[in-house]
Amino acid sequence: MNGSTIIFYLLAALTLGSGLLAVTTRQIFRSAIFLLFSLIGIAGLYFWMQYEFIAAVQIVVYVGGITVLIIFSIFLTQQAGEKLAKPKIGRQIFSALAAFCGFALIMTQVLKHNFNASSEEALPPTVVNIGTQMLGVDDGGYSLPFEVVSILLLAALIGCIVIALRSKPETT
Amino acid sequence: MMQPGLYQILFISTALFFIGAYGFFTRRNLITMLMSVELILNSVNLNFIAFNKYLWPDKLDGLFFTIFVIAIAAAEAAVAIAIIINLYRSHHSIDVEQAEEMKY
Repeated sequence: MNGSTIIFYLLAALTLGSGLLAVTTRQIFRSAIFLLFSLIGIAGLYFWMQYEFIAAVQIVVYVGGITVLIIFSIFLTQQAGEKLAKPKIGRQIFSALAAFCGFALIMTQVLKHNFNASSEEALPPTVVNIGTQMLGVDDGGYSLPFEVVSILLLAALIGCIVIALRSKPETT
Repeated sequence: MMQPGLYQILFISTALFFIGAYGFFTRRNLITMLMSVELILNSVNLNFIAFNKYLWPDKLDGLFFTIFVIAIAAAEAAVAIAIIINLYRSHHSIDVEQAEEMKY
């Protein structure tokens, strides 16, 4: 039992505990804050696996971007101090049952399966390697998906502006 | 206690996926449903990174999938919040039970 193991289990407890609280608490603002901690826990797991670039992207995009967006939309749409309606007890029971059965099914399959690791030489996930492969046009390069995602982001940007634009009152 | 490895990370990501699924089933508020979807997407990302690290360390494909999933999740969250704000403007509520009609 060394430090790395302890840190791993602490991060796992942070991720799962705050994730569970995020979907069960009845105050929507607390729910957003617990989601924030869950995302930070996942970023910590990426750091633990030594994928620093992905961890940084996770913190910048999720913690700094999406959570702030969600908090702003809570401010715009929710009355202060109002609690969420309690879900029906039948729905709660059946959702928990469905989630637990799915979890048990997947975990039994995963634990039965024997994974074979590739034995080739490891390619460290440094920024240099990521950048070279991300913008490479040769075999195994990811420049086409990169361009497609950039077009998608542009389309989403324009779509958001069009959707959220306050429609003018029809005067004609 | 066991040494953390692939199975432990798969346990975390599976648990996170079904926590998100539980939230998606029980919540009736659009913003909290969006949060549950974010949890599900994060569990998928964690899976990709774990497989990349423990099974195919000679490639970076899982990492690229994660980057693209993060980009698409950001776009999805932005569009979803635009729709939620638009819905709130027309219905004064973001409860899915009260948003039965798509056109007003």
